[in-house]
Order: sequence, then structure tokens, then C-alpha cells
Amino acid sequence: MSTSDDLKTKKDSVEAGDGSGGFIILFFIIGLVASLISGWLLFPKLLYSEKKQPIDFNHALHMELVDEGCESCHFFREDGTYAGVPKLAQCIDCHEEVQGESPDEATFVEEYVTKGREVPWLIYSQQPDCVFFSHVAHVKGAGMDCATCHGPIGESTSLKVYEENRITGYSRDIWGKNISGIKKHTWDRMKMDDCAECHVKNGVNQSSVQTGKGACFVCHK
Amino acid sequence: MKKEHSKAKKYGMVIDLDKCTGCGACMVACMAENNVPFKKDESNKLDSITWLRVFKLTNGKSFPDADTCYLPRPCMHCEGEHGHAPCVSVCPATATDYSHETGIVSQIYTRCFGCRYCMAACPYHARYFNWWDPVWPEGMEKLLNPNVSVRMRGVVEKCSFCFHRYQAAKEKAYYEGRQELEEDEYQTACTQACPAGAITFGDLNNPKHAVYELKKDKNAFRLLERLGTNPKVYYISTRKWVRQAGDNYLEGYETEGKVKKHR
Repeated sequence: MSTSDDLKTKKDSVEAGDGSGGFIILFFIIGLVASLISGWLLFPKLLYSEKKQPIDFNHALHMELVDEGCESCHFFREDGTYAGVPKLAQCIDCHEEVQGESPDEATFVEEYVTKGREVPWLIYSQQPDCVFFSHVAHVKGAGMDCATCHGPIGESTSLKVYEENRITGYSRDIWGKNISGIKKHTWDRMKMDDCAECHVKNGVNQSSVQTGKGACFVCHK
Repeated sequence: MKKEHSKAKKYGMVIDLDKCTGCGACMVACMAENNVPFKKDESNKLDSITWLRVFKLTNGKSFPDADTCYLPRPCMHCEGEHGHAPCVSVCPATATDYSHETGIVSQIYTRCFGCRYCMAACPYHARYFNWWDPVWPEGMEKLLNPNVSVRMRGVVEKCSFCFHRYQAAKEKAYYEGRQELEEDEYQTACTQACPAGAITFGDLNNPKHAVYELKKDKNAFRLLERLGTNPKVYYISTRKWVRQAGDNYLEGYETEGKVKKHR
């Protein structure tokens, strides 16, 4: 009774499907490409704000002039705490007057040295508040190189742009430059996983009852 | 040089209740050292946070037999069976943990999601919940201890045996090329604040530390020992009723003199 009609409508719908199927695939591909571009290229731009350091600094130039490498300026205090980014007091010996012709040098002396103001450096590897990191345990205790975590910063001639996560306020160096979290070098990221990876490998403080791995009160405070 | 850095430590406390006058200096020192938040109105003790709390015990008798005892209660850092403290066993977030290296029960605030199982599990009421974000009186943020992270609303906190002081002492030891800490290098804030010298702190495993001998005192006891929590805070009192109160003594139960060895 309804065979011919049914067949006709079926045929129609198949033909219609073929025609719109191509468009669906096309739109799907356009949508996919658009989301990939926004996710991989636009999202990081949106997530991180770019900040410039107050003045530029040439690590390589200073490394040639000092005797003890990184520790000449980034030293340990007698109680074992780490001094971090140098204060003005350490620069002032050489930089009381303008050295060379760089405009950053002039700004440094005029704005900071003569006025006695500390330079508000942005710290690339600043960890969250809950993290306790002992530099002395790694450098003196485990004999690690600075570059293992910080990379070849000593060879750099200028400071890179500081990127701050707009949501968390943390530096991009913690998550790493690669937005998908892939790392090629030990210094590419500074997440908890990266600390734990090395601690597990070397059997550092593997004394946790809960996990059998590193106890929390080793790196947390 | 002998290599003995792998030897497990068991930090613990011995509190002499006969010396404690209940002055509360330990509580104040603890609050200041550990950035413990407080509210404008602290009259409701159910929601105030006190890592170390001094309780007042009375023997319930009238003059002339009336007697009072003050009992400071930090976190007991229970070892339980092989580190399975009551709170550690129930935590679904791995936010609290027991370290075999120091014997300290840790609390990681950024890991805690505030389910409060641990508070229910702790028989000593040593854990506290942050119902609000901390609000410091103006200017006080600048006086906070930078070595202790400030907690946020919705997480549980408790005494850490001033673990940040252990970390600081370790840093100095590393700088000087040592692995071991001296007894006086790592002391809690309450221990140092006590004017009566009632609190002694150290490694219970180390015969050179004062607590090693003190914990064996014939009048030494631990709180609610029968529960098998295996706490690392010992109390000393020459008064029998205090020792009995410490084990939640009920008439008909003879617990006095039986310091049970943990299974």
C-alpha cells in the first residue's frame, strides 16, 4: 500500500543526506581548527599577562666578572637560608656610578642606586605560599647544579618577559612555557610533579604512610 | 664520620602537668608562631581555632579536697599502628599524612577539601575547621610568620609540632654539612614559651634527648591510651586522679598503672 511512496521519500532523504553530509564535515573541520587555534594560541595569550622587568640585566656579562659563579650573587646566609635575588647592597660596590653606555644601567643608577630604592624584580620561579623549598638541601646536600632547575640563565644576555597567570597570579615558569605541559629539559617546569619525579627517582624522604612516596611535610609548610 | 642520617626520628613531647600553672603562654606563642586566625568575638569556643589548648581539669571534690590541673593539648601526632593515625586513615584527599622519617602528622591546607572526616576521627579534638577566611586586625598581616602558610576558608588545620622550625634547622645543618640536628636546634614555640619549663620536646627515639628518659617516668601517661592511637605526647603527673582522667577513667575500670604497650 505505501511501498512506492516510502521508497521515494527514502531515496529523497538519502540524496539530501549526501548533500548536507559534506557541509557537516566541512563545518566540523572549520570548528575543530578554530578551537585548536583558540586553545593553543589565543588561550595562553589570554591566560598570561606580560610584564616587563623594571630594568634589564645581563647575566652573561656578570658571570665573566665574578669568581664563584651563581653563588657570587645568589648566595646562602649563615643560617642556611637562601638570599635569592640580590639586594642593592650587593650591586652598589661596582654600580655607585654609571658603568658603560646601556640606558638600563643609567636608569638603575639614577632611579635605584642614588635613591637607595630596591629594584622590584619580578621573580620567575616564585613558588606558591604553601611550598617550602630549601636551596641549600639541593645545592649543598644533593650537589645539584643551579641549571638543573633554572636552566642556562647564566648565559642569557637579557631578561625575558615575565608572564603572570591572570587567575592564580603565579609565574608561567611554574607551569612551563608549553601549554600542554610537555617538557624536554629538567628546567622546563617547576610543578609539584617535577619535584616529586626527582624525589622518587632518588629515594628522597620516601616516608609517607598514605602514598609510600615522599612525605608532604618535606616540601610543604 | 658515622653515617646515621637514615635513622628514623620520632618527635614527641613530654608535658609535666605538676609544673603547668595554666598561664596560657604556650597558647599565645603557638597562635603567634603559626599564624592561627582569630575572630573579633571569640566567646563561642566551638568555632575558635587553638592548635594548642589548655584545658582545666578538676577532681570534682569540695574544699579542702578540691584540686585543679591544667592540661595543655597540642596535636598528639598519633602513630597508631605503623603510622596509621586515626585522622590519616580516614582522609580521602591525602591531605594529612604520617611521615616515618620524623613521626609528624602533616596537614596540607591546599590539598584539604574540608570534608572534616579527620575531625570526626580525632579523639583529642586537636583539629579545627576554618569556617571563615582569616581577617587580621589592620597592620597585623605584616607581622605574620612568613615560614607558615596562612590557611583559607574551608580547610582543616592543626598543630604541626612547628614543622617549619625543623625545616629551618635542617637548612642550617645542610649549610654546615651535617645531617643530624641537635636537640636545641629544633624546639616548638610552646616549649620555649613555657615559663615553668613544663613542656619538653625532642626525639623519642634518641637516648641523648631529654624526652627519651622522661617518657619512661613511672607517672607518665598518654591521653586515651586505651583507644590504641599510640600518641607521641606524654604527660606526667604525680596525682592519681589526673592520670585516671587522662584515660577517661570510669569507675569500675582499673587502668591505673597499666601503660599498655601498643600491639
